[in-house]
Amino acid sequence: MQKIGVFVCHCGTNIAGTVDVKAVAEALGKEPGVVFSAEYPYMCSEAGQNLIKNAIKDYGLTGIVVCSCSPRMHEATFRKTAAAAGLNSYMVEIANIREQCSWIHKDIKVATEKAIVLGRTAIAKVALNTPLTASSSPVVKRALVIGGGIAGIQTALDIADAGYEVDIVEKEPTIGGKMAQIDKTFPTLDCAACILTPKMVDCAQNEKIHIYSYSEVESVKGFVGNFTVSIKKKARYVDETKCTGCGLCTEKCPMKKTPNLFNLGLDNRSAIYIPFAQAIPKVATIDADYCNMLKNGKCGVCSKVCAAGAIDYKQKDQIIEEKYGAIVVATGFNPIKLDGYDEFAYNESPDVVTSLELERLMNAAGPNGGTLLRPSDKTHPKTIVFVQCVGSRDTTDCGKPYCSKICCMYTAKHAMLIRDKYPDTEVYVFYIDVRTPGKNFDEFYRRAVEEYGVHYIKGMVGKVMPQPDGKLLVRAADLIMNEQVMINADMVVLAAAIEPDKTARPLATMLTASMDTNDFFTEAHPKLRPVESPTAGIFLSGVCQGPKDIPETVAQASAAAAKVIGLLAKDKLLSNPCVAHSDENLCNGCSSCERVCPYGAISYVDKEFRMPDRTTKIRRVASVNAAVCQGCGACTVACPSGAMDLSGFSNKQIMAEVDAICR
Amino acid sequence: MNNNLKEEIIRTSGVNVLKCMRCGKCSGTCPSYGEMEYHPHQFVYMVEKGEIDKLMDSPSIYKCLSCFACVERCPRGVEPAKIVEAVRLAATRRQGGNHLTAEEIPCIVDDDTPGQLLVSAFRKYKK
Repeated sequence: MQKIGVFVCHCGTNIAGTVDVKAVAEALGKEPGVVFSAEYPYMCSEAGQNLIKNAIKDYGLTGIVVCSCSPRMHEATFRKTAAAAGLNSYMVEIANIREQCSWIHKDIKVATEKAIVLGRTAIAKVALNTPLTASSSPVVKRALVIGGGIAGIQTALDIADAGYEVDIVEKEPTIGGKMAQIDKTFPTLDCAACILTPKMVDCAQNEKIHIYSYSEVESVKGFVGNFTVSIKKKARYVDETKCTGCGLCTEKCPMKKTPNLFNLGLDNRSAIYIPFAQAIPKVATIDADYCNMLKNGKCGVCSKVCAAGAIDYKQKDQIIEEKYGAIVVATGFNPIKLDGYDEFAYNESPDVVTSLELERLMNAAGPNGGTLLRPSDKTHPKTIVFVQCVGSRDTTDCGKPYCSKICCMYTAKHAMLIRDKYPDTEVYVFYIDVRTPGKNFDEFYRRAVEEYGVHYIKGMVGKVMPQPDGKLLVRAADLIMNEQVMINADMVVLAAAIEPDKTARPLATMLTASMDTNDFFTEAHPKLRPVESPTAGIFLSGVCQGPKDIPETVAQASAAAAKVIGLLAKDKLLSNPCVAHSDENLCNGCSSCERVCPYGAISYVDKEFRMPDRTTKIRRVASVNAAVCQGCGACTVACPSGAMDLSGFSNKQIMAEVDAICR
Repeated sequence: MNNNLKEEIIRTSGVNVLKCMRCGKCSGTCPSYGEMEYHPHQFVYMVEKGEIDKLMDSPSIYKCLSCFACVERCPRGVEPAKIVEAVRLAATRRQGGNHLTAEEIPCIVDDDTPGQLLVSAFRKYKK
């Protein structure tokens, strides 16, 4: 016979204000099996916990029910309390009479009645609880960082610095990400490459860091502390171990009309290429879509000129399997496609560019060697119009409903740099709001206006009309003057919204990590756990979690690394004992559970059973990998024969709860 | 401020003026901008403030071409042209406006007058 103790918390006036706690304690004290019932102002306080501990000892309690706040808040607290008094911590049930009762009701009578029902439901459940023991699993002391931009680089460097092995998987031939394409950084105007490339070199030289470039994550299995990841190393047709990065092949390659994706297609490169001078690893890659040898079997020039003999046209994609304790997602972003915005004539005129394209046009390693020229006729633009919020804060189908956060600052930067280098160029910025929260950010924007004479106009551009003379007629509203303005511009720069990289969504599925409607990864808590995914062992770094600038990305990257280090420093992880198990005698081998399991924890095995007539029979039955099971309970619902059950939340317990509610 | 009129405009247009983020793209794109006393973005804001009478009295409501460029390009789906249309409708159906009274009918009616014309002329939508 169970001896159950009930503890009703006032939570100050949070509960006691709308629930008659004395009446609840009294009513629950009369429930079958209850031998002790009490109320106390703050059950989670030391005195409250002592009340519980003493009652467990004095009355020899075999189970306790705490009527208090949500189990998310203090279930762990009261489990520890029970364990300290020698009671198995899974013999504790929480009746949530705060969030689900006192906070949402005004009428004391109704709330008290409901609190009593919630209490007796928990009593009915705890009467059927069985002691459970958490098993432990070892932690693989190695981390995986997916994405080699500034976020992934910083996370990897910090994890390696703590002495742990870390691998970076980068889908492009080089690490560096978007920051490598940026010319200058706000608000200090230092050159992006100058501060990024030393970090890239640090990654390459660090013994603890291994870079899988031109590679993608193929599949993820396992659980926190023990992930098994398949990484696809895409064929680059160059042996990384032999290539010296001399670049002779890129000079001799005859396929010079290959769009240079690093410069966003603004100029051309050869089919065999090294993305940029400071690439890490500095190894050539063949673009199979343009290489004549790979397409038609004719050419082979690169192979002939390569002194190291690194070219391998027969190279195949390679799958590598590796084990990790923690995974950091740092998949970054891309500017959105502007196909839906005909009014800005982006697809009509080469002189309408995105801000990222402008970065390349102004960069010394860009298509014009750092001189700002119109893409159409290579002349100096004398009038440039910047349009902010192109696709940001846009609730239509082609845009994004959120603020991309970085555009106000980089537009101020572009405007300032252009006015500084080309003082004869008039620069107009059309803005809806200028958003500059950040250290020295507003001062930076004001400098653009006050010292550099950039014309900021409150209003939006309605239409950009390419003219026969090559000019761009811009029609826009000036809301402060309450007039429509027409500007004859040489170039128009669109601050396109940013969106998560397209690889993020399939990756989230592989990791069973949740995402919001905009495909940004969701954090475990928006304020208090901002760098962890709700899925244990998955951490978030950079723009994959939400728009942010470089300083914020680096801060988050280091925070994610700290969390990973905290995990890898543990020798063992306690697992949740509330996992599914199957009654093999009832299992009919239908596979329903296997199909619904989101974690791949269920497999089927052929097992020998003794039949009543002393013969044996081989039957196919479900088997749960307790280490992988997360206890979601989907299988118990799917199982038609009632074989599947969840420890701590058994079918019997749930039915007892329902009975208690309906009584 | 005329709350009844404001609600009527919001109801007949089906536009939620509170979605406007004041970017002015509607006015930046309007081909009739120069002809108008009140511009598309002002229509939206003045409906929000309930200043419908000013809009109804302004020739601006007849300058709108109903080209729907503002509707097409609004990033927030506000649809300013529908507001202009609703104000125009409210102006033609103004309360106490040019009704035909029952006493006037005998002197204009003859055998050829269609009955439907008389019904329309009553303009019975409002008392």
